[in-house]
Amino acid sequence: MAYLEIKGFKKSFSNFEVLKGIDFSLEKGQVLSIIGPSGSGKSTLLRSLNFLETPDEGVMILDNEVLFDAKTAKSDGEKVLRNKRLNFGLVFQSFHLFPQYNVLKNITLAPTLLLKDKVKEYKKELKKDKSLGFKNRKELVNQFKKEQTELIEQNALSLLEKIGLTEKASSYPCELSGGQCQRVAIARALALNPKVLCFDEPTSALDPELTGEVLKVIRSLKGQDRTMIIVTHEMGFAKNVSDKIIFLYDGVVEEEGKPKQVFEKPKSEKLVHFLSNLTEKDGDLNKQKA
Amino acid sequence: MDFWSVTQSLLQGFEVTCLIFIITLLFSLPLGLIIAFGSMSKFPPLKFVVRIFVWIIRGIPLMLQVFIVYYMVKIDGINVWGKVNKFFYFELGWSVGPAELNGEGFGGLIAVLIAFIINYACYFSEIFRGGISSIQKGQYEAGKVLGLKKGQIFSKIVLLQVFKRILAPMGNEVITLVKDTALSNSIGILEIILVSKSFTYQAIWPLFYSGAFYLVFVGILTLLFGYLEKKLSFYKE
Repeated sequence: MAYLEIKGFKKSFSNFEVLKGIDFSLEKGQVLSIIGPSGSGKSTLLRSLNFLETPDEGVMILDNEVLFDAKTAKSDGEKVLRNKRLNFGLVFQSFHLFPQYNVLKNITLAPTLLLKDKVKEYKKELKKDKSLGFKNRKELVNQFKKEQTELIEQNALSLLEKIGLTEKASSYPCELSGGQCQRVAIARALALNPKVLCFDEPTSALDPELTGEVLKVIRSLKGQDRTMIIVTHEMGFAKNVSDKIIFLYDGVVEEEGKPKQVFEKPKSEKLVHFLSNLTEKDGDLNKQKA
Repeated sequence: MDFWSVTQSLLQGFEVTCLIFIITLLFSLPLGLIIAFGSMSKFPPLKFVVRIFVWIIRGIPLMLQVFIVYYMVKIDGINVWGKVNKFFYFELGWSVGPAELNGEGFGGLIAVLIAFIINYACYFSEIFRGGISSIQKGQYEAGKVLGLKKGQIFSKIVLLQVFKRILAPMGNEVITLVKDTALSNSIGILEIILVSKSFTYQAIWPLFYSGAFYLVFVGILTLLFGYLEKKLSFYKE
């Protein structure tokens, strides 16, 4: 069985069916790109994976665990939902960094807040051990907190190094360029080490000259065997970085396959049309530049 | 009637003004936040009831509300507020402002506070609502995707951003409150204006003098809000 499996995802917004039954699967460490015209349901699909939308029908299995089943989804409490969400990371088109925190704090905020739950669990475990006195327990808890906080900080710093923004650790988002913001957003998502990292048009809000630095970071993640799902309009990048491409059209998977096959020998007429439209636009641009 | 005795009397009245101001602020801010949540509730009946309530409170004069709260609570023809005030004065030993205000005579301070707190909470709730709904959906979603609890998203991500955005309208409202405290003299609360009025059979300058108190108070608040604005300018959105 594949690492991630989506079966029959359907989603409507007030009588308008956006997803009309989506199936796909993905192996661990692979990169999937989702392409398609706007309004085809790409973002809704990605948001469904991240539990920001609840599909009306369908099942999702990740790492041999049924993570989502539309039939039972309503009975999930907030806590269950939060834990399920943590399997996925999401990088937004317009970053959504927290403006009042500096770069480092943006990355450490969530892990630090999640640590509180971990500390509670640790306390519970310690209480089972009757031989420990109150003082000993308190000391152990404090030590645990300190160690974990240091780990979070170290992890954040090494992520900053990976995205090449070590010197910006104490800058605020408003002081960064769009490309730098998006790189921080990627680091923020990575800080929780999700099983699958999703990107929702990560370069669409950027000036053309800034897309390169973001794509470079994403490419470097592929080298580290991260499972990723990328919604993108950067066809060259998708072709280059993906193991698998899905072409969404009008809420269904119109075509899927290896990048070479999808881009060089498209079967679906709609995909042919979609791709030729894109190249036409690029052609126009080239003409303009000339 | 010399300058110092007038000053002393006005200071006693000003004490009452400050008390109404501080207590109202202290209680109406959190109450306003609760009302704001109510008016944004996803449960339509609650939202409806809260919005109607805010409409009524904002729709009728504060002075009328003070009268209503003051005269509403009567048992056997005796105004209960006098008894409440008496209790505070004799049993708990609390006293504020001029001596005449305490004890049984002018028992309306609590009534004034209740009317003010409810009134200002409704005004604040609308400012909070505007501030909260102005925050991008993406901020909540970013928090959700990072596995944070609803309360954490609000307190750690949204709250400070809301605070920064509503600072200017809050400043307006708070300054208005300073001057609205004067409405309490309609039920005989001896706040600074009523005290200064008591001198007018001899001279008019105490009226100007009491105005100076307000100016200084509002001046200090203006500086305070300016300071907060500067403090929060460390980030932009």
